[in-house]
Amino acid sequence: MSDELLDVDESMPTNTVEEFLRMERMPHIWCPGCGIGTTVNCFAHALETSGLDLRKVSVVSGIGCTGRVAGYLKLDSFHTTHGRAIPFATGLKLANPELKVVVYSGDGDLTAIGGNHFIHAARRNVDMTVILINNFIYGMTGGQVAPTTPLTATASTTPHGNFEEAFNLPYLAESCGAVYVARWTAYHVRHVTKAIKEALAKKGFSFVEILAPCPTLYSRRNKLGDGLDQMVYYKENSEVKNDIDTKTVSLSFQGKITVGKFVDKERPTYLDAMNEYYGKKFGDKYTPYKG
Amino acid sequence: MKSDPKGVLTGAHFIDGDHACAEGAIAAGCRFVAGYPITPSTEVVERIADRFPLIGGMFIQMEDEIASSIAIQGAVWGGKKAMTVTSGPGFSLMMEHIGLAAMTEVPCVFVDVQRGGPSTGLPTLPGQGDMMQARWGSHGDYGIIALCPNSPQECFDFTIKAFNLSEQYRVPVLLMMDECVGHMTERVIVPPADQIEIYPRRFYEGPKEEFLLFKPDNDMVPPMVKAGDGYNIHVTGLTHDEKGYPVMTVAAQEKLVHRLIDKIKMNADKIVEYKEDQVEGADVVVVSYGITSRVAIPAIDQARKEGMKVGHLRLIVAWPFPEKRIKELATKIKSFVVPEINYGQMVHEVERHSAGKVRVELVGHGGGAVHNPKDIYNVIKNSVKG
Repeated sequence: MSDELLDVDESMPTNTVEEFLRMERMPHIWCPGCGIGTTVNCFAHALETSGLDLRKVSVVSGIGCTGRVAGYLKLDSFHTTHGRAIPFATGLKLANPELKVVVYSGDGDLTAIGGNHFIHAARRNVDMTVILINNFIYGMTGGQVAPTTPLTATASTTPHGNFEEAFNLPYLAESCGAVYVARWTAYHVRHVTKAIKEALAKKGFSFVEILAPCPTLYSRRNKLGDGLDQMVYYKENSEVKNDIDTKTVSLSFQGKITVGKFVDKERPTYLDAMNEYYGKKFGDKYTPYKG
Repeated sequence: MKSDPKGVLTGAHFIDGDHACAEGAIAAGCRFVAGYPITPSTEVVERIADRFPLIGGMFIQMEDEIASSIAIQGAVWGGKKAMTVTSGPGFSLMMEHIGLAAMTEVPCVFVDVQRGGPSTGLPTLPGQGDMMQARWGSHGDYGIIALCPNSPQECFDFTIKAFNLSEQYRVPVLLMMDECVGHMTERVIVPPADQIEIYPRRFYEGPKEEFLLFKPDNDMVPPMVKAGDGYNIHVTGLTHDEKGYPVMTVAAQEKLVHRLIDKIKMNADKIVEYKEDQVEGADVVVVSYGITSRVAIPAIDQARKEGMKVGHLRLIVAWPFPEKRIKELATKIKSFVVPEINYGQMVHEVERHSAGKVRVELVGHGGGAVHNPKDIYNVIKNSVKG
């Protein structure tokens, strides 16, 4: 690379999301056409307008391609073990309820190895925002089948096609008690930003699923073209249906994609429920837990 | 620093080891416990669940031991002193997170009330078969500290000691109880709070622009900060540099992992603790720990009555192992006798450090009960003969 290419034109406007990123760690590891970076951009924009004190925002990731998000965000960030971002986040939040805790991880991490933690954190309504990037595949390890891989899709461990039913994640989250559930795709950058902002403002277990292309491992093996082709697929096949019954939002191989905000309700958080219950039980003897 | 009097039940109690462990945690300043029910450890979290609401603590019963063992680490970064409690099968599930705590230098306490194994084994009966797992259970190399109480009083005292050591060295500390010690009821004295020494968390105090999350002090231990302090920390289980950023190189691995081992190894003289009884001039030294250190006493007494010169070395700290002392004794005595409720674990350390200079006899037991002291006596008697 010639030095000229590295010269920075001082008159150029700065990318406003840069202040949210650890620029010294760029370039990132994601492939060309991958949708994860797009969602990080949306997350940064959501933070920008959220009014949150960034010193009090912590991001927790598990392992995998999306698991690397924590490492690029200029916030307190924790890159934990595979599948365990949610219980780590539970400990962090309950130890210091002042913190805004965001779990940012992938479909395999959060719903296969981490599935048990996902359902219980939603059931308890622990106050956290879970951003799940669903690329239908285990990317980091080379494209193995995931609990989200659509029926008939090919993966490295389903070389003849997948015959397992995939999770319908919004339905899973809602039935376990999530107070906010939305699904969008990496194509819908404004909706994603808005959904993340709403989820961050929500008290309780909020969940945003974002479909994102994995051109290297999912699209290539399934002969679906590159990242741009997947964006075209999202654009042409997404149907916005806010408030629709989440039972109906299952995904199929290259089929229609129902997107929108499906759930937005109130329910006492784990901490509020505990403080209220013990307050009644112990009366004046109880000091509400604040960390 | 002294213990916070709030929550310290100063006085004499008649409680079992599990309950004493819970009281020790409270006295040590622990205010976050995550756990999952498992015999014979459950009484620890039951007492915590009962006591925490009125002393400002957070107890959460997680969905499994894996979740418990990482929730406590989130809590530590949130500023709490934290502990989890389990037994064999749960301890196996926690191994990955013992490695995470070692790698990311999270001060926290894991209590393992050992039962008979392998697998589901003997849930309600004693074992000491997790001792090597305590040292080597998580993948990769790291230093660790493990303590072995032999009474409810020591369950109280050593839980405090476990917290203090974990804060001092930023390392997970394992309290290796066993079913007998956990379920045995005895007198436990809880001292006044101002007589309980607490090692406070070492927080970073230097200039903010010079802050590096994993830059060690002279004792090889880096000071901590909390989430929300404004340092934009990054913590990863990947091999990382002093800033905490992942670095996938041999040099970074060598630098980090060496320090994780050395901060325990080089400080071993300060950490190692054992109790000796009539070891000077002995022909045979019994090396024991946990409940077995009490069961060995009648065997040793009997042998002494019959004129045998028998010493007793009891491990208080099992890891790091008192290798120097074993090496030294190996030049003076005829043999070591190692009773333990497993088919040979700590005996390997005794063998390794006595380096073939003396005989080392295991008195093994598969678990489910303590030894019959006669079995220990018989081995002592035979080993005196040489």
